[in-house]
Amino acid sequence: MKSLKLNKTTRRNYLTYLLVILAYVILQILGSTGSISSSLKGMLVPICAYIVMAISLNLTVGVLGELSLGHAGFMSMGAFTGVTAAIALQDAIPAAPLRMAIALAVGAAFAALTGFLIGIPVLRLNGDYLAIVTLAFGEIIKSIFNNLYVGVDKKGLHMSLLSDKTSLSEGGKLIIAGPMGIGGIQKISTFTAGFILVMITLIVVFHLVNSRAGRAIMAIRDNRIAAESVGVNITKYKMMAFVTSAALAGAAGALFAMNYSTIVANKFDFNTSILVLVFVVLGGLGNMLGSIVAAAALTILPEALRQFSDYRMLVYAIVLILVMLATNNPTLKSFFSRFKPGKSHGKEAA
Amino acid sequence: MKKKFFALMMAMLMVLSLAACGGKEDPPAPGTDAPAASGEAGGAFKLGGTGPLTGGAAIYGNAVKNGAQIAVDEINAMGGIQFELKYEDDTHDAEKAVNAYNVLKDWGMQISMGSVTSKPCEATSAETYADRIFALTPSASTTGTIEGKDNMFQMCFMDPNQGTASAQYISDKGLGTKIAVIWKNDDPYSKGIHDTFTAKAGELGLEVVSDTTFADGNDTDFSVQLKNAQDAGADLVFLPMYYQPASLILSQANSMSYAPKWFGVDGMDGILTMEGFDTTLAEGVMLLTPFNADSTDERTQNFVAEYQKRFGEVPNQFAADAYDCVYAYKQALEAAGATPDMSAEDLCAAMIEQFTSMTFDGLTGDGMTWDATGAVSKSPKGMVIENGAYVGLD
Amino acid sequence: MTFLNFLISGISLGSIYAIIALGYTMVYGIAKMLNFAHGDVIMVGAYICFYAVSRFNLPPLVGVILAMIVCTVLGMVVERLAYKPLRQAPSLAVLITAIGVSYFLQNTALLLWSSNPKVFPSFFVSGSGGTGVELFGGQLKISYVTLFTIIICVIIMLALTWFTGKTKMGKAMRACSEDKGAAQLMGINVDATISMTFAIGSGLAAIAGVLLCSAYPTLVPTTGSMPGIKAFTAAVFGGIGSIPGAFLGGLLLGIIEIFAKAYISTQLSDAVVFAVLIIVLLVKPAGLLGKQIREKV
Repeated sequence: MKSLKLNKTTRRNYLTYLLVILAYVILQILGSTGSISSSLKGMLVPICAYIVMAISLNLTVGVLGELSLGHAGFMSMGAFTGVTAAIALQDAIPAAPLRMAIALAVGAAFAALTGFLIGIPVLRLNGDYLAIVTLAFGEIIKSIFNNLYVGVDKKGLHMSLLSDKTSLSEGGKLIIAGPMGIGGIQKISTFTAGFILVMITLIVVFHLVNSRAGRAIMAIRDNRIAAESVGVNITKYKMMAFVTSAALAGAAGALFAMNYSTIVANKFDFNTSILVLVFVVLGGLGNMLGSIVAAAALTILPEALRQFSDYRMLVYAIVLILVMLATNNPTLKSFFSRFKPGKSHGKEAA
Repeated sequence: MKKKFFALMMAMLMVLSLAACGGKEDPPAPGTDAPAASGEAGGAFKLGGTGPLTGGAAIYGNAVKNGAQIAVDEINAMGGIQFELKYEDDTHDAEKAVNAYNVLKDWGMQISMGSVTSKPCEATSAETYADRIFALTPSASTTGTIEGKDNMFQMCFMDPNQGTASAQYISDKGLGTKIAVIWKNDDPYSKGIHDTFTAKAGELGLEVVSDTTFADGNDTDFSVQLKNAQDAGADLVFLPMYYQPASLILSQANSMSYAPKWFGVDGMDGILTMEGFDTTLAEGVMLLTPFNADSTDERTQNFVAEYQKRFGEVPNQFAADAYDCVYAYKQALEAAGATPDMSAEDLCAAMIEQFTSMTFDGLTGDGMTWDATGAVSKSPKGMVIENGAYVGLD
Repeated sequence: MTFLNFLISGISLGSIYAIIALGYTMVYGIAKMLNFAHGDVIMVGAYICFYAVSRFNLPPLVGVILAMIVCTVLGMVVERLAYKPLRQAPSLAVLITAIGVSYFLQNTALLLWSSNPKVFPSFFVSGSGGTGVELFGGQLKISYVTLFTIIICVIIMLALTWFTGKTKMGKAMRACSEDKGAAQLMGINVDATISMTFAIGSGLAAIAGVLLCSAYPTLVPTTGSMPGIKAFTAAVFGGIGSIPGAFLGGLLLGIIEIFAKAYISTQLSDAVVFAVLIIVLLVKPAGLLGKQIREKV
């Protein structure tokens, strides 16, 4: 039985890789022949960023089993640090793809560091209390970036809080300007970069989940006390999942930010955290392929509803409620389970 | 099992979305009156813009959309140049604004009205710059909007200019010497005005004795900010913000029995027409604004009457700026002898040439000119509120 | 004196959070779900009252009662249509549905009532036109809205405590919150009980909406969302599910917010508020008055 189950997981992982690659190839071909609209084309990078966000949050919510309401905070961290790195290195590294890669790495590193620091207090809590503390950290990060000033000149980076006290020398440039955020960003994010990031994310997450550490993490989710009693180091494994999740979100933030010419801290607020959480829940907890599809579909959906004009967001809300009701409807579920060989595996991890 | 089902649902959703995304050419959105002449094949310039039509900033987007629609209908009824107007929702978000811009591009937009709010406009202006589509924003006022983009123009004042002008005005008229500033800490508009105001005030020998902020989600209770201003002995409070928080500040100051002079910016316009607002609270409030819905000038009166008839509200300066944008386009297109069959790129070159050389008279000012950076030069009018109406200050 | 003034500002802001938090905690305590749409029910209540009073010139009390009726019905309808089918579903699914309901209410309000801000009429003016009680020769001023909000808050808190503790329905609610299955076996109609919870919670939301907009009188379709989140924070702060906790949490949150603005920085006040929240939760992981539930193996 066990080997069969493993097989199934591996099979599904390969299927996920395959589908992502397939989607990329198809979109590239369609793009090169000019048969996709600029509307869809413009959404490809943000979709990739949201997919990475969804997968990374799924690691926290689905695999680790802790509700996080502040995931956008890590995205913010990655976005601001990544873009700052990209701008600071603009002259030193002229090759855009390399600069992009460095920016993503910087974003991921800073987000990971933040994740670690936040994780120390957060992971001591449980349930809704943990959720509210992640929300609080998200808001704190937003508040700080709204008051942070970072400038660069020949002497290096200067930072100040509350008001612009960077006093840059001649030729210096203010990168983060408090509530104005970062302006004049070079758009160096590409769909290919997004695709590569999605693939890296999948590889990281699948390897983590299917490793010894991953099984420990899931054991904690399913029964913390039992896991602890068999000698699983709770703090270590929780932290591992949380930091990985934060790092990936940071990279997604950097990717996202460099697709727009401007970025402000308020973009990464509670609503963005919730949006990503919606992707995760709709796609299914622990189900990475589901997260990918849900992130893509729900990013496109509001755009596809533009023909409803004023009623657009209303229709979006109704669709969201109906999808939640339909996917959780026992009659519909049992109806579909008839087409599935083997028995249904009962309750999903909640 | 469940997963299979999810995947199926999501796949269906996605296919639907994609299908809906693909080539839809002529959706005259419900609610917007299709211009009379849109039927005449290729006879109209496709004019597009993005703005927050839903969400917290919806009031500005809808004002611009409505104001522009009135201008378009008037112009179309005159014969001659014809416009086809399309506004897309960006929910005051840079990401959604770029999406909305791309939808407009698919629609075949030839000239653009940029975006309504500043940060989204900074994002879309980078796109219009790259795609060589000319854009004239009615209301996005940050420096970043036009910086480094030769085809991006503004109809409104730039924020720094407003800050400087306000400080200059206060100093010239001797309105106050000890000044308190309350501003919105997470809003580029407010921040831009605040920074240049305090800098200029310093130069002019005005003393800023209290400098406090608020932010989204923290914008209901102003007792601390007002108390701070009061204790510092400020005799004038400068409010670089929109009218909604300003109305709360005025009412809370009133209940604290704090009555300094109030000085606002163009975002304050609209405060008198808020439904249920006690206009005595705003008595004596001064503001610099380019537009005044109570003006006796005939064009303004006609516009206000038409707007009230159609939308049941008094237009604010956003609507007036949008109205002016469309007329400025009309003037520029006529002068350039442009035809709707020209490509966006050709139109862009023609428009840059026209806008940097023409003079335009509109609702929001006479003799407006633009320089090569895209900033408008028009003089703000000092207004004071007396007996619930604006009165010129000079 | 300045300190006392700030304290009063803090209490007046906190009492608003408290009254919203009471509704939150009520629904959470019994139905075990975070009703993110609660803030939007508040907004609906405020709009109903606004229209009743400003447009149809009804007396304020009628406006409030009308708002309560509409919100109660709205709460029950939403519960029946959107939450009840998910009774067996994972709690996160319900959370997302609640977010959907929140979007739905906001956008419906936008279509019905437009985005133009409305200024809420002030009910709390004394015969002589004053808006508050003045102490120490006018140096301290407590507005009637604040006094009234606190009184209402205390009444509601006591009433809810009595209701859940003593009445049959209240006991049924507590039984459902402990164990739905067992409650059903005891002959309690779980569905009706939960529906009742939503009815009460939404009725409270209507009162909260009226008080919120009386204290801070601008009304837009997003009016309820931020106070909703703050009140949720307050409810957790006080120990979610605990009725006195919600009251205490709300008051403290308001006071901390005002003090952070006054004595630390207006720019970073939100960050300070949330930092205090984090510290409190680290010391008392179940909130100020929450019960620490020992996990059984």
